[in-house]
Amino acid sequence: MTPIRHGTRFWRQGEPLVWATGGTLAFVLLSTVLLIGVVLVHGLGVFWPSPVAEITLADGTRFHGQQVQTETHPGTGGVSVQFKTANRELDPQRLDFRWVAQEALHRLDYPADVMVVERLENGSFFGCLERVDAAGLDLPADVPVLEQLVAALTAVRSERAARIAPLAAQIQTLNRELQRVQDTLLRLRYRRQRSVEQPDAAADANATCDAAIARAAARQQELQARSDELGAEQRAVAAALRQATAVFRLPSGDTHNVAVADMVRVWQPNAMSVWAKCRHYAAKVWELLSDEPRESNTEGGLFPAIFGTVMLVFLMAITCFPLGVVAGVYLGEYAREGPLVKTVRIAVNNLAGVPSIVYGIFGLGFFVYGIGRLLDEWFYPHLVEANKMVFGTGGLLWASLTLGLLTVPVVIVSTEEAIRTIPQGVRASSLALGATKFQTLVRVLLPMSSPGIMTGFILAMARAAGEVAPLMITGVVKLAPTLPVDTQFPYFHPDRKFMHLGFHIFDIGFQSPNVEASKPMVFVTTFLLVLIVLVMSSVAIYLRNSMRRRFQSRDI
Amino acid sequence: MKMPWMIADEKTTNMSPSHAEQATAAAAARAELPAPIARVHDLRLFYGATEALHGIVMDFPRHQVTSLIGPSGCGKSTLLRCLNRMNDLIDDVRTTGQILMDGQDITDPAVDVIELRRRVGMVFQRPTPFPKSIYENVAYGLRIAGVRDRATLDEVVESSLQRAALWDEVKDRLGESAMGLSGGQHQRLCIARAIAVNPEIILMDEPCSALDPRSTARIEELISALRGQYTIIIVTHNMQQAARVSNFTAFLYEGTLIEFGATTQVFTTPRKKETEDYITGRFG
Ligand SMILES: Nc1ncnc2c1ncn2[C@@H]1O[C@H](COP(=O)(O)OP(=O)(O)OP(=O)(O)O)[C@@H](O)[C@H]1O
Ligand SMILES: [Mg+2]
Repeated sequence: MTPIRHGTRFWRQGEPLVWATGGTLAFVLLSTVLLIGVVLVHGLGVFWPSPVAEITLADGTRFHGQQVQTETHPGTGGVSVQFKTANRELDPQRLDFRWVAQEALHRLDYPADVMVVERLENGSFFGCLERVDAAGLDLPADVPVLEQLVAALTAVRSERAARIAPLAAQIQTLNRELQRVQDTLLRLRYRRQRSVEQPDAAADANATCDAAIARAAARQQELQARSDELGAEQRAVAAALRQATAVFRLPSGDTHNVAVADMVRVWQPNAMSVWAKCRHYAAKVWELLSDEPRESNTEGGLFPAIFGTVMLVFLMAITCFPLGVVAGVYLGEYAREGPLVKTVRIAVNNLAGVPSIVYGIFGLGFFVYGIGRLLDEWFYPHLVEANKMVFGTGGLLWASLTLGLLTVPVVIVSTEEAIRTIPQGVRASSLALGATKFQTLVRVLLPMSSPGIMTGFILAMARAAGEVAPLMITGVVKLAPTLPVDTQFPYFHPDRKFMHLGFHIFDIGFQSPNVEASKPMVFVTTFLLVLIVLVMSSVAIYLRNSMRRRFQSRDI
Repeated sequence: MKMPWMIADEKTTNMSPSHAEQATAAAAARAELPAPIARVHDLRLFYGATEALHGIVMDFPRHQVTSLIGPSGCGKSTLLRCLNRMNDLIDDVRTTGQILMDGQDITDPAVDVIELRRRVGMVFQRPTPFPKSIYENVAYGLRIAGVRDRATLDEVVESSLQRAALWDEVKDRLGESAMGLSGGQHQRLCIARAIAVNPEIILMDEPCSALDPRSTARIEELISALRGQYTIIIVTHNMQQAARVSNFTAFLYEGTLIEFGATTQVFTTPRKKETEDYITGRFG
C-alpha cells in the first residue's frame, strides 16, 4: 500500500476559504470602525476649548489663531498650517480661517489672557480684554476686568429677561391672535365671494357677512398696529442694551468693541484648568442637545433637528409597522400560492430597491399634491383661495408616510418570512384544538414570528432614520420656526415643516456659505445621527431578544 | 336529518371492487362491537385526482382504543384526519361518503369544524408545544373557547396534567416556558392539551415514533389509563404497541380497509392473508 500523501490537506480542508470569509468580515468591520472613528475623533473634539495662539509671522504680522490642521503640498513638499482666526468682521473678505506657510511662521505664544468670545453673530471673537464700557449698568469698579465682563454679561442677561422677554411673549400672543383674525377674515371673504356667485343668497345674510368682514379687518389693523408698536419697543430696548460693550486689544495693536449683548459665553482657553475645560465641554454639549441653531445652523444647538428626526422615525414606525405586518401576514398565511401571489412577492421585494428619491417624488405627487390638496379643499377652502396651504405642502406627516412606504417592503418580507418558517404542525395543533385561523394567528403565530418581524422592523427603522433624499421634497427645511409639537392646540401639528439631522448634515456641509466654519458641526451632527439610530435600534434589539427568549422554540 | 343508510344505498352502484369484501369485514366487526361513536360509511377521499381512500366502511367503538395499522402510504393518517376534518387544510381535497357521529354527517360542509375539533382532539407525531408557559399550553383550548374563569382553568389544567401523567414533573414550574421540557414531556403535554377540552375522541397519529422507549412506555400507560373515558384512535407502525394498547385493530392496505376486529383476533387469527403477512412482517 502506498503511503497516504501529505500536503494536499491544506487545500482540501478549505482553510483558505475560512480565511477569506474571516478576512471579508474583518474588512467590513474595519471600514465601519474607521468611519465611526473619523466621526468620533472630529465630532467629539469640537467643543473642547483648544488653546489660542498669538502668532507672529516672519514679516511681523501678528494675530490670534487656533491651529486647525497642517497640510503638505504634494508638489513642492511645503507645509502649510491652517488657523482659525475668528474676528470675521475684521477680515476684508469676511473669512475666519487662514492658511500660513510653515516657513512664514516666526513664533507662537500662548498668552494666558487671550479670550474667546462666542457671539450671536459673526462667529467667535479672539482678543485680549482691556476694559468694559457699560455706563448704563452699575458694575463693581475695582475688580479685574474679567470679573467686570462676567458681571456685565449677567446684568445684560437679567435685563433682557426682565424687559425683552415679556415683550417677546406679548408679541407672540398678539401674532397668534392676528393669525386667527386673518384666518377668520379669509374665511369670511371666501364665504362672501361664494354668495356673490350664488345670486339667490339672501341679501341680509350678505349684509351681516360684510359687517363681520369690516369688524375683522378693523381688528386686524388694530392688532397689527399694536404688534408693530411692541416690536419697535423691543428693538429700542435691544439697542439700549447693546450700548454696553467690551473693548478688546488685538495683537496688531488695534482695539475692537464687542457689544456685551451679542456675547453668548466667554472663556480664556489658555488659562483654563482641565476641570474648567470639562465644565465648558459639558455646557456646550448641553447647548447642542437642548438649544436652537444659530448663525445659519453652524452654531448653537440641534434640538429641533433631533426632535424632528425622532418624531419622523416614530411616525414612520406607527404607519409602516401595522401596514407591513398585516400585508406580510396576508401574504404568508392567507394568500393562496399562485402566479398572482408570486408576482406580488417579487414586486414587494423589488420595491425595496427603488431609489429613495423616487419615493420622495411619489410622496410629493401622491400625498402632498394629491391627498394634501384634497384635504385642503375640503377643510380650508378659504386658505386655498388665498393660495395658502396647510396639508397641500410638505410636512412631517407626509414625509413620514413617504418613509413608511419606503420601508414597508422590508417589514412585509420579514413578516412573511417569519410566518412561513413556523412549522405546519404548530398551526395544525392549534386548529385541532378548535381554534379558528384568526385565533391561531393572533395567539400562536404572531408571537412566534415576532422576533423575525422585529428584525425587519429594526432594518426598516435604521434605513428610515438615515434617509434624506425623499425628505427634501416632502417637508424638511433648513430652519423650522416651530416644532411639530407645542403648547398650542391641538398640540401636535403633523402638517408643519420640520428639521432633520440627515438634512442638516447636507445643508451645513454643502449649502453653507462658510464651509470651514460649518465643518465641525457636520461631524457633530453625523455623530448625533449615528448615536440616535444606535439608541433606537438597541432598544428594538433588546425587545427582540427578550421576545426570542420568550417565544422561540428550542427544537422546532 | 337524512337517513344515513338511504344515502349509502344510492352509493352501492359505484362500489369499488373490494367494497363488498370491506362491507363483510365491517359487518363482521360490527357484530361484536359495543355502541359505535363514529360510523364511517363508504368514505372516499381524493387528493386532487388521486383517490387515497377507496370507500372505507367501519365503525369506531365508543370508549375503546382502536389502532390503525398498515404499510406506509396506505392512508392511515388520511383516514384519521377525516375524523376531525383536518384534511380541510389541504388544498384540493374532496371526500364522498359519510362519517356519522351521533347520527350527524360530519363531512357535510355546513358542519362547524371548530365545534367538531373540540369534540375530536388530535395528537400529532411530532410534539408541537406552543411557545407559551406550560399552564397556558394546557389552558389554550379552553381560552380560545372563551373560558376566563381562573378557578376553572386551574382545575382543568391540573386534572389534565394529572391524567397525562405529567403533573408531578411540572407542578412547580407551570409558569415556565413549555419549550424547556423534554421530547417525551412535550408529547405528554400535547396529550394533556388535547384532553383539557374534554373531547369525545382523541386521534393520535404515531404519537410515540419520535420518542425513546421509556417515554413510549409512559404514553402507552397513559393511553391504557384513558380508555374507558375517551375513545382513542391511534395510528402506529409498531405491532407490539398496537397489540399492547388497543382493543380493536383495523388493517388498511392501499386505501382499503382489509380487516377490522378485536385486537386479539386480528393478531392471533387474522381472517385475511394480507393481514397475516403484514403482522408477521412479510411485507410492508
Ligand atoms: N397532502 C397530500 N397531497 C397529496 N397526496 C397526499 C397528501 N397526503 C397524503 N397523500 C397521499 O395519500 C396517500 C396516503 O397518505 P397517508 O399520509 O394517509 O399515509 P399513511 O398511511 O399515514 O403513511 P405513513 O405511515 O407513512 O404515515 C399516500 O399515497 C400519499 O402520497
Ligand atoms: Mg401517516
